[in-house]
Amino acid sequence: MKLNRFATTACLIAAGAIALSACGSDNNPTSAGSDSTVTSSSGASSSDSTGVTTAAGDPTGSTTSSGTGITCATGTLQLSGSTAQTNAMSEWIKNYQTACPGATINYGGGGSGQGVQNFQDGTVDFAGSDFPLADGDEHDKANQRCAPGTAVDLPMVPGPIAIGYNLPGVKDLNLSASTLAGIFSGKITAWNDDAIKKDNPNVDLPSTKIQTFHRSDGSGTSYNFSNYLANEAKSDWSYGANKAWPAPGGVGEKGTAGIAQGVKSTPGGIGYMELSYATQNSISYAKVGNAGGDFVELTTDNVVKFLSTATVVGQGDDLALKFDYTNTDADAYPNLLVTYEIVCTGGKSSELARDFLSYIVSDEAQNLLPDLGYVKLPSNIQTKVQDTIKGLG
Amino acid sequence: MFYERKRPQRGDTVFRAATLGAAAFLLVIMAAIAAFLIAKALPAIRSDSVNFLTSSRWNPDDDPSTWGIAALAVGTLISSVLGLAIGVPIAIGVALFISHYAPRRVARGFGYLVDLLAAVPSVVYGLWALVYLVPNMRDVSKWLHDYLGFIPIFGSDGLYGKSLLVAGVVLAVMILPIVAAISREVFLQTPQETIEGAYALGATRWEMIRICVLSHGKSGVVSAIVLGFGRALGETIAVALVLPASNVITFSILKPEGNSIAANIANVYGDAGEIGRGALIASGLVLFAMTLAVNLIARGVVARGGNLRRKAAA
Amino acid sequence: MTATSLVTPTTSSVHLTLSRRRLPTWSFPVLGVGVVLLTLALFAVTPLQGRADFLVVVVPTYAVVQTAVSRAVEGRRAARDRLATIVVGSCFLVALIPLGGVLGYTVVKGLKRLDYTFLTHSMRNVAEQDAGGGAYHAIVGTVEQVGLAAAIAVPFGLLTAIYLTEYSHGRFGKLVSFFVDVMTGLPSIVAGLFIYALWVLALGQGYSGFAGSLALLLLMIPTVVRSAEEMLKLVPTSLREAAYALGLPQWKTVLRVVLPTALPGIITGVMLAVARVIGETAPLLLTVAFTASINNNPFHGAQAGLPLFIFSEAMLPNDTAIDRAWAGALTLIIIIMVLNLGARLVARLATVRR
Repeated sequence: MKLNRFATTACLIAAGAIALSACGSDNNPTSAGSDSTVTSSSGASSSDSTGVTTAAGDPTGSTTSSGTGITCATGTLQLSGSTAQTNAMSEWIKNYQTACPGATINYGGGGSGQGVQNFQDGTVDFAGSDFPLADGDEHDKANQRCAPGTAVDLPMVPGPIAIGYNLPGVKDLNLSASTLAGIFSGKITAWNDDAIKKDNPNVDLPSTKIQTFHRSDGSGTSYNFSNYLANEAKSDWSYGANKAWPAPGGVGEKGTAGIAQGVKSTPGGIGYMELSYATQNSISYAKVGNAGGDFVELTTDNVVKFLSTATVVGQGDDLALKFDYTNTDADAYPNLLVTYEIVCTGGKSSELARDFLSYIVSDEAQNLLPDLGYVKLPSNIQTKVQDTIKGLG
Repeated sequence: MFYERKRPQRGDTVFRAATLGAAAFLLVIMAAIAAFLIAKALPAIRSDSVNFLTSSRWNPDDDPSTWGIAALAVGTLISSVLGLAIGVPIAIGVALFISHYAPRRVARGFGYLVDLLAAVPSVVYGLWALVYLVPNMRDVSKWLHDYLGFIPIFGSDGLYGKSLLVAGVVLAVMILPIVAAISREVFLQTPQETIEGAYALGATRWEMIRICVLSHGKSGVVSAIVLGFGRALGETIAVALVLPASNVITFSILKPEGNSIAANIANVYGDAGEIGRGALIASGLVLFAMTLAVNLIARGVVARGGNLRRKAAA
Repeated sequence: MTATSLVTPTTSSVHLTLSRRRLPTWSFPVLGVGVVLLTLALFAVTPLQGRADFLVVVVPTYAVVQTAVSRAVEGRRAARDRLATIVVGSCFLVALIPLGGVLGYTVVKGLKRLDYTFLTHSMRNVAEQDAGGGAYHAIVGTVEQVGLAAAIAVPFGLLTAIYLTEYSHGRFGKLVSFFVDVMTGLPSIVAGLFIYALWVLALGQGYSGFAGSLALLLLMIPTVVRSAEEMLKLVPTSLREAAYALGLPQWKTVLRVVLPTALPGIITGVMLAVARVIGETAPLLLTVAFTASINNNPFHGAQAGLPLFIFSEAMLPNDTAIDRAWAGALTLIIIIMVLNLGARLVARLATVRR
């Protein structure tokens, strides 16, 4: 009698669980079972709405030329790292998974620091990081994980760093590098400070106090912004460049999203964030001073102009870039980052990883970037990255 | 015919062994957890170039490693004590209201409501605090600073937003249902005879409560407070969402400064290397020690309260 | 209502009457209205503004005025009593504001997106700024993780509780009991950190739903042991002795007599432990990682969890994400409420009829 009651309850629970697992679905437009192994020919029936041209009807299905199409593989990719590239990754993953229902790609964000750490620990397949692997301990540990191959940085998602601010009524703001250094080091505390007035002689600035936001987690965006300040405001910024935000004061937030949320909800707030976050949340951003003392507006072209003067300083297959902060071109926006994908060479990357990487470096995928608030890779760098990816196997 | 006491049946031995095994295994697991955590924490403490109890910086993975829990521990204590200071009196008031002031039928309904609220997960409180409390507390903080700014804890630089006060308020809201529910149970168990005796002697309701209910329920209320304190100390998510994550020792609860041990773990565990993880574990152990200390003190208080009552009854 | 005095006072300083003068009932609303009017007048004259300031002035003023009036009319003790009533009543009202606020807020904001799509779709192929998507993967993940944790914690905890009540009478039992108490104080983030460092990293198992279950069961076991122990202790010894007298060995007594009697309480305790653990985010953060797709296998690969889903959506600035966070929060609260109500129901249904 006791057994009957238990048995009934157990059966009910089991039935409920089975029902639960049967009635949900991933959002695959093909709505075929979610883990059928798909070759690209059968996957071609879906995917036209996303602008991805799979080789529809092509019996061999897979093409590897950089301009057209996704090569599908199956399996799961666990990724993490830079939150600056989250919006781009989100879109790319959506496209890739739509074309290849057998692939599951999880991008966990967490910041560049976490990405590098996860990569070294081996808990992710490859990581996104806004700063290349530092020489020495960091690169060695990553190489260890990839042995017998090595770890390389592949630039993939260039993005402008927007200085977002929350000052209702102030639509245009100019901020020179030294003013920015003063604000973010806590020396300038109110919006009507003389330094800001000097940069903006024609703007009516309120006396609101400035609330700065920085990253509390290890962030490549922090690194690149502090690098910009260290290079272009040498006399005002003594903290150097660091992925752990080096200056005192201000409120720490987790992830670029945290900074965006903070600035959006705090009158008088100011923070550094990748452009896509500013545009998505209607946050105004400032014109930024360059080495020549001009104020450069944040437009895709201006960023491309600055990016085109970057040089590759990585060794061998590593494609780490170095920006030229001495650029005095009045139309070159100097505050940006490039998100690298840190991958293993020597056959240690799975087929799905290689196929996904080939997709996101292709023209197709890169062409989506400007609308999302990023910038395409310059074509010379793009070619180099594609060659390295081909050689990953 | 006569029932002989037999040697233990096989079933008995098996069953006894099973239960003993479970209990022993539990002990082994707990010892293993303690050993593992200590083993991970020690290298981090050893490689720390400053005193881990007094420093406020958090750069354990740098070379030289500099980290310390001072700011974290102070922030944890301040926000928890603040939560208690705000939440406990109100909780006791609620419990009194439900047990002795509200009409019978309504009281049961309120009781259910309070129980339900005790079950709301902390992430929901955190979400509510982030979206509703932080913007609205700006005005309250400003008000406090304007009128009470001469008291140091209400000092401010003019910037309001995330702060220890907001964290305190969230914690108060979170522990309120727990403390209220347990206190209510305790108050309801006041012996009816004492209550009737007090009324018979002409006591007003408040006097009856003071004489009978509160004094009888003292130790129960203390355990409730301790439970609430423990929850407040260990609260991670709600606090991580409303603290400004700035590792500074601060006693002014209105400033956007302050961090707590649990919130720090949640924020930086991702990019922590080997030493960094050890440092986080060390801070977690300190938190655990704090909770343990509070629990032991409470046990002492409750035991003494029981002893006193027994002595008084004798 | 006044009672007639039975003893007339001999001197005016000694009140030996059984009657007291009481304030008539109409005085309370009159006083209340008076205070409100006074405050409004005050507000018109001074720079005080706003609803919050209004409440902050009205309530204490009313308390002070009421107490003063009461003291003058009814005497000191009665005045104190009235003051206590006001304080306790306002505590209750003050408590209602945030508690009702949290629940109400969640319901109102959550209903916006709580629909069939939300409950049956995952976030796969949905970018954060898109308005679609749902929490199905998180719901499945949570059910599996908590289910696994409970499946291990309950038998384990029950056996330990049985040991503590039936078999142990010495120091070993006290030791176990003490350490169970110690474990109740384990902060959830430390449990998560432990599993992360040991299972995910040192043993190289990677993120999985099962790692989350491991962290959760560390939190569940002490609660299950404690509440089961309480319930087992409540079973009257006479029942046990009767069973022994009829010749049942100890193990049969426990299984056939003691357990079924204590069962409703134990089930309640278990379901409450489950309800508590279902909302834990911190342990999941470090062990279960992140995925936007459905993962039905808790032993391999990252899985989503409902508290994690709420947390990660809440940290994004996109309005669509915040909407999803609220809907997820409402789902979670509903699940917990159902569990709580179910616990009470089971307790009532499963009570052994004597």
